[in-house]
Amino acid sequence: MGRLRKLLIPGVDKKLLVRDATRLMPDLTRRRFISGGASFGALTLLTGCDVIDSDSAEEMLKKVSKFNDAVQAFIFNPHALAPTFPESAITKPFPFNAYYEVDDAPDIDGKDWKLEVSGLVENKKAWTLDELYKLPQQKQVTRHICVEGWSAIGSWTGTPLSYFLKVIGADTTAKYCWFQCADKDGYNSPLDMETALHPQTIMAFRFADEILPRAYGFPMKIRVPTKLGFKNPKYVISMEVTNDYKGGYWEDQGYNSFSGS
Amino acid sequence: MTSLAAAEQRTATASRVIQPAWVRVMHWTNAVAIILMIMSGLQIYDASPLFNSLTFSRTVTLGGWLGGALLWHFAAMWLLMVNGLAYLVTGFVTGRFKKKLLPISPRGVISDAVAALTFRLSHDDLSKYNQVQRLLYAGIIAVGIVIVLSGLSIWKPVQFQYLTALFGGYDIARYVHFFCMSTIVAFLAIHVLLAVLVPKSLRAMIIGH
Repeated sequence: MGRLRKLLIPGVDKKLLVRDATRLMPDLTRRRFISGGASFGALTLLTGCDVIDSDSAEEMLKKVSKFNDAVQAFIFNPHALAPTFPESAITKPFPFNAYYEVDDAPDIDGKDWKLEVSGLVENKKAWTLDELYKLPQQKQVTRHICVEGWSAIGSWTGTPLSYFLKVIGADTTAKYCWFQCADKDGYNSPLDMETALHPQTIMAFRFADEILPRAYGFPMKIRVPTKLGFKNPKYVISMEVTNDYKGGYWEDQGYNSFSGS
Repeated sequence: MTSLAAAEQRTATASRVIQPAWVRVMHWTNAVAIILMIMSGLQIYDASPLFNSLTFSRTVTLGGWLGGALLWHFAAMWLLMVNGLAYLVTGFVTGRFKKKLLPISPRGVISDAVAALTFRLSHDDLSKYNQVQRLLYAGIIAVGIVIVLSGLSIWKPVQFQYLTALFGGYDIARYVHFFCMSTIVAFLAIHVLLAVLVPKSLRAMIIGH
């Protein structure tokens, strides 16, 4: 580890570097990258030859991941609440986490910002922050679990998404709420409707009783304690209610789309 | 050859079978599944190491990056779980576990361990496990159950929150999962070494006798 640290270039984010490098790769190499060790690892042992090449391995893995989406949707209990914690359990400092440095986080002017609403809804009016702040809010102290494995307990306050969906006359029989964010390179993520209607899924405007700071997603983060962290979009600028699966920033790169916890 | 003689021959062959076909199939299926789980698991571990000074090289990981490793881990888990469940059910129903793994006594384990370390342990009858084998095989089955349960509690800490609570919460369940993996790797090292030292035991696990 010590030796590895020396190899890191100061000021260069290694995750970004890898992502940029991956983008430069030709498509085939990029697809091979995902199955990585398959060629030399266990699969070679298993088959003794290249019967399973990395492309078909990736196809198989994608199919299993879709199957796992269905299994998780089946397991998901819309009435099961995520465990809550006392305020004393809150992780301090709560980690900033993104695929970019905190200085690159969107710097949004709350006065100009509006939440765009589109798709299968009756009222497509855009919402200002002042209008949203007037909606009923609730607070939760829950565990944020990152796809990487670490977790941190935080306190979020905001409006239940189910309430907002009712207010805008959304078709809640639709399959997804699809969020677009202001993060650089464009972040987006689909949220299945069952989870969107979960009582703890909120449009969070506050963290630890303060207006949501820039590092944690000002002006609005969708807090979903029944999902992994990357399914909790920050800096949200629009929501579309839709029956189409439109993919997402991380979902398109291979993270399981349901990613429930 | 008369039919009687043929029947006798068959009985003789059957009695020489040390590892029945179902044990062999499930053993090697499990071997593939556990290696895929360990290699992809180490890649997942690297995304957020539990111990700062401990990370794993790309030569022993599978998946290339976190996303690829997760795809492998959550695919191989089905192989591990379905095969493992079938093994447990068959092991109990056929009485194999009881017949092969019991009894285990501390005194027997110690005397067999001493005999093994001084190369005086007999391997003439492979159909009977010595006390050290019984302890290791019963133990690794238990570890296998705990690693699956701790894995489920990390995967679904909300839906399976009572299971997660049983492990002392999400963060502790991660450590349990990791230490079970370490135990399995240690078991594998001894297991493979001994199989190589007593090659006829390896043969029995491949062709049955």
